[in-house]
Amino acid sequence: MTFIAKPRLHHPSLVKNKAGFTRRDYEGAVSTLCAGCGHDSISAAIIQACYELDILPHQVAKLSGIGCSSKAPTYFVGASHGFNTVHGRMPSVMTGANLANRDLIYMGVSGDGDSASIGLGQFAHIMRRGVNMTYIVMNNGVYGLTKGQFSATADKGSISKKGVANSDSSIDLVSMAILMGATFVGRSFSGDKHQLVPLIKAAMMHKGAAFLDVISPCVAFNNHAGSTKSYEYVREHNEALNRLDFIEGRAEIIADYAPGTATTVQQHDGSLLRLRKLGEDYDPSDKIAAMKRVQEGLAAGEVVTGLLYVDPTPTDLHANLNTVDVPLNSLQTADLCPGPQALDRINASLR
Amino acid sequence: MPQAITAVNDFVVKFANVNGSGSASANELFARAILRMGVPVSPRNIFPSNIQGLPTWYEVRITEKGYLGRRGGVDLMVAMNPQTWAEDVKEIEPGGYLFYDSTKPMPSSAFRDDVNVIGVPLTAICNATYTDARQRQLFKNIIYVGALSVLLDIDPKEIERLFSEQYKGKEKLLDSNVKALQLGRDWAAQHLDADAVRLKVRRADAVGDRIFVEGNNAAALGAVYGGATVCAWYPITPSSSLAEAFSNHCKRLRHDKETGKAKYAIVQAEDELASIGMVIGAAWNGARAFTATSGPGISLMTEFIGLAYFAEVPAVIVNVQRGGPSTGMPTRTQQSDLFSCAYASNGDTKHVLLFPEDPRECFEFTAEALDLADRLQTPIFVMTDLDIGMNHRLCRPFRWDEQRVFDRGKVMTAEELEAGKTFGRYLDVDGDGIPFRTYPGTHPTKGSFFTRGTTKNEYARYSEEGPVYVRNMERLQRKFATAARIAPQPLRYSSPKATRYGVIYFGSTSPAMAEALDHLEADGHHVNALRVRSFPFSQAVEDFIHEHDKVFVVEQNRDGQLRSMLMSEFTLDARKLVSVLHYDGTPITARFIAADIAKKLGQFKVVSFDKAAS
Repeated sequence: MTFIAKPRLHHPSLVKNKAGFTRRDYEGAVSTLCAGCGHDSISAAIIQACYELDILPHQVAKLSGIGCSSKAPTYFVGASHGFNTVHGRMPSVMTGANLANRDLIYMGVSGDGDSASIGLGQFAHIMRRGVNMTYIVMNNGVYGLTKGQFSATADKGSISKKGVANSDSSIDLVSMAILMGATFVGRSFSGDKHQLVPLIKAAMMHKGAAFLDVISPCVAFNNHAGSTKSYEYVREHNEALNRLDFIEGRAEIIADYAPGTATTVQQHDGSLLRLRKLGEDYDPSDKIAAMKRVQEGLAAGEVVTGLLYVDPTPTDLHANLNTVDVPLNSLQTADLCPGPQALDRINASLR
Repeated sequence: MPQAITAVNDFVVKFANVNGSGSASANELFARAILRMGVPVSPRNIFPSNIQGLPTWYEVRITEKGYLGRRGGVDLMVAMNPQTWAEDVKEIEPGGYLFYDSTKPMPSSAFRDDVNVIGVPLTAICNATYTDARQRQLFKNIIYVGALSVLLDIDPKEIERLFSEQYKGKEKLLDSNVKALQLGRDWAAQHLDADAVRLKVRRADAVGDRIFVEGNNAAALGAVYGGATVCAWYPITPSSSLAEAFSNHCKRLRHDKETGKAKYAIVQAEDELASIGMVIGAAWNGARAFTATSGPGISLMTEFIGLAYFAEVPAVIVNVQRGGPSTGMPTRTQQSDLFSCAYASNGDTKHVLLFPEDPRECFEFTAEALDLADRLQTPIFVMTDLDIGMNHRLCRPFRWDEQRVFDRGKVMTAEELEAGKTFGRYLDVDGDGIPFRTYPGTHPTKGSFFTRGTTKNEYARYSEEGPVYVRNMERLQRKFATAARIAPQPLRYSSPKATRYGVIYFGSTSPAMAEALDHLEADGHHVNALRVRSFPFSQAVEDFIHEHDKVFVVEQNRDGQLRSMLMSEFTLDARKLVSVLHYDGTPITARFIAADIAKKLGQFKVVSFDKAAS
């Protein structure tokens, strides 16, 4: 958690987006993570996605738990409010925050220790509640801050830096998220920004629980032979099912794709997910098929990436609770307090 | 006939039942009917921690004087549970009455010579009238209420009126209940001497405009009036009915008239950790939020409570206390979570506690807690308990000032930021220890900050520098001192005669204490009293202790937790504070308090403590 702010000098020729901000306006403080850390690449992808989506930086609320990954929100969208919560329990804080103000864009950043070990319960429940958010796990299979212990996503049989083999089964967060009811589930690799940036954009515009598992190698403790979360291993075993273009609702251009090479998913708000298919006949809207394909990948030792599952017309927690359209935190005394006359009637009913 | 207690509008009836037999509503009907006759009642549910089959009791104190604590002792036992027969019979005061189902004859050894016995063949009456097993069970309860109404002179019209309110629009149920009531009345009128029981209810005018309500219901209403829009909770006895009542109140009072949409969100979380996490997230984002729980829930929440304290995020936690430690006594009452709440979490933490005495204060303090949480930007605990929370209690009616608006505390707006007002999230600009905050999304370029549980400087930037840390911790102490000034102040009750003795008490002990003070006064023991209503303690508490030679501290826990907190907050001679402790899980009684204080006062008079110590 750095306290060093980046110098605010901008090159005069930096291009501004429609919201009037340059890419640098979406940056945060200087990262204190190790040079080459996959997490910094993911932060860069988030910065790129926010810039390209013309988001007002202060409309983002970024929340995290504890761990290397959970430090990352300091390093992007510096003009937004952030909340480093406690270990494994960011999901509940984000759920509450989302209930209070449905209008902000919620970005949850977590790690595999944070979400798959101590926080697995809260992870499962935020997915099943359909909180409108983008939840990114920066997944390196290892505890970095405490120097190299296995996390719950480390594959069985993978070897630690000290040469110890992991004897426990791993938790696949993508499968968990689909099973629990997330309506947008993808997996990507920190070293593949062409796949990752559009995935983040699409997730951020998805009006429901969006989950991205991003394999993010730990250069210090898990980037060696025997690791299944190293740069080399992931590059060699990446099985991309699709690549994505995200097109906002206002720009409906769908003409430039030849039939059979791409599929288009139109979301409820009119935005389009254009998927260039790499996997044969892969349909990301088929939940059962998605689960099957992910499990097949796991069995084969592949890292299956891309948009794995999407429900284009999701409902979210606010819809389920039938809350008013305005943020609950904007309601005032007159909106909320029933007043003395109603109280007199209540008193009368209690005699 | 043995000696017989004679009393009008001043006696205790206890019903011993089997859990799940449907007796609860009949017993409550009995209490309410007396209340409708203008005679105050104070009922208590005494129930086991299980679903069905085990013993359950309902004790009704009928008291024209208006004493609402437990008195102790039983004048009339309605013994409907064979399992607890022996204990129940033992509990009756000499000259008291035993009312039982005489369908099966009991051996004479099962009775007591100094107790008057009234048998009514309830099962036989039911079996002769009803064929359905459940009806036989349920109406047995109404039949004993009918018989008791004859013996105690309770106006049957009041009971019938209560039936008609309860079964409005359900004529069939209304008729069958009225019939069962009449069955009991007829049998008693034909077979029993009207004077078999010399305990009588006479119409009075002692209830006034008071309301009859459970503390959990009242606290839930306080949350509605205080503007809570987010409630996250996890079921736990005895607090669950609070969240459920909040839901019911919101359904009636908080839907947008045009769209029908809810101006609130209630989430039954996956556990207590998540429920307090949601409260903190919502409050961080500018909504008023609360949770309701009990001791074991507090244990689970402590990590998050520490975060809210150090990151300075408002949160309201209503702790309906039960017997501890651990799972403890889930359905019994205690005041034993003071330590675990006041100092919840690791490191140097101190939290604000409010101690309501009755449902009226549950209402007021829960609404107040939402204001205090925003003003102080910290967790606020409303320390109620099972005794207040799950029992109907007579109390002054709820009041709300039409002019009152929510106090949102120091929140810097976009306009203020735009005008160039200095924003440092943890900067003490007013000297009261309370900084300004901004809600997320306030301003495109100004006022954003990072909230974290780690140490930081005045501008919310991470800093491990010693002086910065110390400065922050000292500011938090200043904030706590501010809390002592703005939280509910203690109330003092002075003895008519000057005295060197004082007594401090809090929360649900209040009604028993009020009565105990009368008893002590009548016996020539003069004591001044102070009811503490919040922690941190205000200066008035220290002044009160210094004004007296000895101060009794009455509380319902083993370790004298309030006494310890007084010792730790003030510079006191430890010998000055004398504990009066009751912690068996039942609500403390006036008899207990008066007897214990009288005994200890006697000891002081024989040998003064100072002499004994030297």
